[in-house]
Amino acid sequence: MFTTASTTADKLFQMFAAILLFAAVVGVILFIASRVAGKRDSFVAYLYLAPVVLMLSVGLLYPGLRTIYESFFNAAGDAFIGIDNYKLILTDSEQLVVLRNTAFWVLFTPFLATGVGLLYAILVDKARIESVAKALVFLPMSISFVAASVIWKFMYEYRPDQGNVKQIGLVNQVIVWLGGKPVQLLIDSPLNTFLLILVMIWIQAGFAMTLLSAAIKAIPDDIVEAARLDGVTPWGMFRFVTLPAIRPAVIVVLTTIAIGTLKVFDIVQTMTGGRFDTSVIANEFYSQSFRSANQGLGAALAVVLFILVIPIIVYNIRQLRRSEA
Amino acid sequence: MFGQRGSSRSRVALAGALSVGLAFSLAACGDSDDSDSGTTDSSAAAIDCSPYAAFGDIKGKTVTIYTGIVTPEDTPHKESYKPFEQCTGATIKYEGDKAFETQILVRAKAGNPPDLAFVPQPGLLQQLVATGKAVEAPAETSANVDKWFGEDWKAYGTVDGKFYAAPLGANVKSLVWYSPQEFKDKGYTVPTTLADLQTLTDKIVTDGGKPWCAGISSGEATGWPLTDWVEDFVLRTAGPETYDKWVKHEIPFNDPAIVTAFDAVGGYLKNDKYVNGGLGDVKSIASTTFQDAGLPILDGQCSLHRQASFYAANFPKETTVAEDGDVYAFYLPGQDASSKPVLGGGEFVLAFADRPEVKAFQTYLASDVWANAKAKLSSGWVSANKGLDTNNLKNPIDKLSATILLDPNATFRFDGSDMMPAAVGSNAFWKQSTNWITGQDTKTTVDNIEKAWPQ
Amino acid sequence: MSTVTPVTTTPPLTPEKVSAASTAKKKLTSPWASLAALIIAVLWTLPTFGLLVSSFRPERAIKTTGWWTFFSDPKVTFENYQAVFDPDNINLADFFLNSIVITLPAVIIPLCLASLAAYAFAWMNFKGKNFLFIAIFALQIVPLQVTLIPLLSLYVDMGIANTFWTLWLSHSAFALPLAIYILHNFIKEVPSSLIEAARMDGAGHVAIFFRVLLPLLTPALAAFGIFQFLWVWNDLLVSLTFAGSPEISPITVQLSNLSGTRGTAWHLLSAGAFVSIIVPVTVFLLLQRYFVRGLLAGSVKG
Repeated sequence: MFTTASTTADKLFQMFAAILLFAAVVGVILFIASRVAGKRDSFVAYLYLAPVVLMLSVGLLYPGLRTIYESFFNAAGDAFIGIDNYKLILTDSEQLVVLRNTAFWVLFTPFLATGVGLLYAILVDKARIESVAKALVFLPMSISFVAASVIWKFMYEYRPDQGNVKQIGLVNQVIVWLGGKPVQLLIDSPLNTFLLILVMIWIQAGFAMTLLSAAIKAIPDDIVEAARLDGVTPWGMFRFVTLPAIRPAVIVVLTTIAIGTLKVFDIVQTMTGGRFDTSVIANEFYSQSFRSANQGLGAALAVVLFILVIPIIVYNIRQLRRSEA
Repeated sequence: MFGQRGSSRSRVALAGALSVGLAFSLAACGDSDDSDSGTTDSSAAAIDCSPYAAFGDIKGKTVTIYTGIVTPEDTPHKESYKPFEQCTGATIKYEGDKAFETQILVRAKAGNPPDLAFVPQPGLLQQLVATGKAVEAPAETSANVDKWFGEDWKAYGTVDGKFYAAPLGANVKSLVWYSPQEFKDKGYTVPTTLADLQTLTDKIVTDGGKPWCAGISSGEATGWPLTDWVEDFVLRTAGPETYDKWVKHEIPFNDPAIVTAFDAVGGYLKNDKYVNGGLGDVKSIASTTFQDAGLPILDGQCSLHRQASFYAANFPKETTVAEDGDVYAFYLPGQDASSKPVLGGGEFVLAFADRPEVKAFQTYLASDVWANAKAKLSSGWVSANKGLDTNNLKNPIDKLSATILLDPNATFRFDGSDMMPAAVGSNAFWKQSTNWITGQDTKTTVDNIEKAWPQ
Repeated sequence: MSTVTPVTTTPPLTPEKVSAASTAKKKLTSPWASLAALIIAVLWTLPTFGLLVSSFRPERAIKTTGWWTFFSDPKVTFENYQAVFDPDNINLADFFLNSIVITLPAVIIPLCLASLAAYAFAWMNFKGKNFLFIAIFALQIVPLQVTLIPLLSLYVDMGIANTFWTLWLSHSAFALPLAIYILHNFIKEVPSSLIEAARMDGAGHVAIFFRVLLPLLTPALAAFGIFQFLWVWNDLLVSLTFAGSPEISPITVQLSNLSGTRGTAWHLLSAGAFVSIIVPVTVFLLLQRYFVRGLLAGSVKG
């Protein structure tokens, strides 16, 4: 059961065994919980949390703490150098471009993706072909980055402006149709960063749309009806009824996309390799840690990611507190 | 090669091409050679088992290999192990992965390395040995290397005076691709000195053509073809001794000799009159993938393309690669006809286990028997193994490469960026060269790379 | 808004119900709304459509002309698909099976564990609750890359390196922060009166969880299930590092190796990419219907 499966039967057996094993773990926890029912809440709570805390401590917390520790060491990880790695990130011109790009990503992607997703969710709500329409926008969500980079190659590819050479990328073809000259889209900074952000928005809008659409549908009818009888304008309906009602969902979506964006790595890696001033922190981290063998700087970049997410977390906690109050 | 979530794209071309990129070229380019590629019965030709008897009974044992050589180039490799498997009863388990170069480090550090890894860069080899997980090559393998390879090749596989990794395949980078037909039609001749090359270039311009085409895009490894250009020119304008000092950082990266080499490359590649045949302007070098960069030769849009022997694999199936075919390559000439510096690459077999079956297989891979078996099986593959019978090579480019590699007058130097520390060789050098081609001046470029050199 | 249901979807067959959004939209004058929706739909579909068309075009055509020329000069070939399913070579079918074997437990395990934890956070009082919740939430930002070496070392020590377990455990651990966060937000929205009523009836935490919450939670579970499914199905980094053997590697790994050392095998990539997106798209379409059933089972509007 704990071996490399090589036959189909073996693989399927292991799969069901794994699911059953975890079902059994949950079963045991629930059994114990029901035995101590009526006693102190906290014991049951800790019991419920035990497997999660164990997995997270080993899987994420320990590596995370180790990374913070390593960020104060040199490239080989054998000499303490204090905050030199951080100084480098904040002063080196190349690293500053990385920070700038990361800022572009995290400022534009969540809001634009959520905006498009929300708009579309409202537009197709109750439309006759709603599920088809939603599936179309959701589609990019289900595409792996391997596939997405192939797809966008057919959009951004450049061919020179020469008599017998035809464009392969649709964007350049459109430019040519409109009478312009083909552009090397992924070379010029910062245009190239925005073109990469577009790919991320393309992928994430479906996520926003799905969650927000579900939230919109959960708004109680009587509230809507009451507002309608009061003669609220469409904009007013959106501003004073829809938006407040789906606010928690919007925050979930923005948070999730923002965090996903901070970690964005595959798009940059596959489309430009971080060249032409398009690198972002997550990509630079990978390149420093695994390619340049600069463990210390890589770790420091990862820590900068932690730091950048703090505002997002603080904001979310405030929201939670407010909703609890 | 696109879109690997989190994987590093290794030096796409190099990783695979070192020995095997070539392997595909015959299948890809030569009608006459098609029947010889892939699986032929000759693969199973029985070999002399006695060298492996010393390792004891290894029947039923398994050796795992991890490499950057992926489909379809892996087939001839697997086939070439068959004689060993038949004779010893051991099984070879092969895993090809394009993210090899970063994943092998992760696996080695975590204690989950394969038995053997085919490492394409001496720099990476040193990093792997530094993890403490690698083991030295057995005496038998070392003896084979002494017998069949030159001292310089053995040195690339040696770390801190200990011999770890035997050479496997090799390739030649100092090549310029051209169309023999075009040369014949327009009366051009293959240049034999750098000055000749310049004259030829100007002549093509006078005839109304764009002589050179180039492309350096290669995912996260973007820029590497430029580093090859620069290395080739350091070898020519500054000489092999300076080259060695430069690679070992005995002279700084921004040494005037290196600036001269960069500018010599810039004389070709940063000149709008000379580039980028069929592909656009100078800047288009940055956005053109290295795989596509030489193809305009076929349409007559471009006349010259400097790229390693493995580039043969990138031409479409119907192309004939031969001295009298559609495309062929000539040796990138030295400063004068008497000096013959050659830039090349190769990969090395590093072991992480010292079980008898692993040692036996290492020894097999370092033998002339394997080199010839592999040569017969795969078109587009060469080795620096002196026991390699060039008659077993059928692809004309392989023969040319082997001739250059085995030429006693040639001064062979390993790809410098592969030997430099990773922070330079697989990062700053690539990045800054890319910036350089899109407009950054030479001084800033070399200064930035010097700054990135680990203290 | 204390009475909002968890994420739910109205069944499409329900006769004309008014929703805030539809009212807003109607007043926006329908033709313009339809046009705007149409434009977004086209923009979002076009790139993928280009891939679909490309996957049926011959290699040479893909490399020399744009996919839109297909309509003026249609050349169709199935060679690309034949090539990716060739059992002697690329053999996508085997990797397809691996993807399924990897994905199912990697979705079910974190869902089970996360719903327990989310319940504890939402409806139980214990010391350190806020701190623990924030800590788990914050763990989302740990980049996966930093976990690779420590986790792999651990798996080697446990003796489960190169097995599916490495993938199941890793994916589950990585999914937990987001799963707990999302499920917690939904559970929180369940009216406390429902929970209180159940408590009054003498139901313990186990009974409340199963009888009251789970039915309400189904849509949220389905929603997170989809996202986790997609993440695991499309993952490359985790599989590359932990699978460590082609026998258990998923389809993405083979896809990324597909272009071969030659690099520009766009014809194979476009066919292979298309094969790889069929399952996730189907799963989404199927589970979308499941959302609806979730609503019918546990509607608590009012």
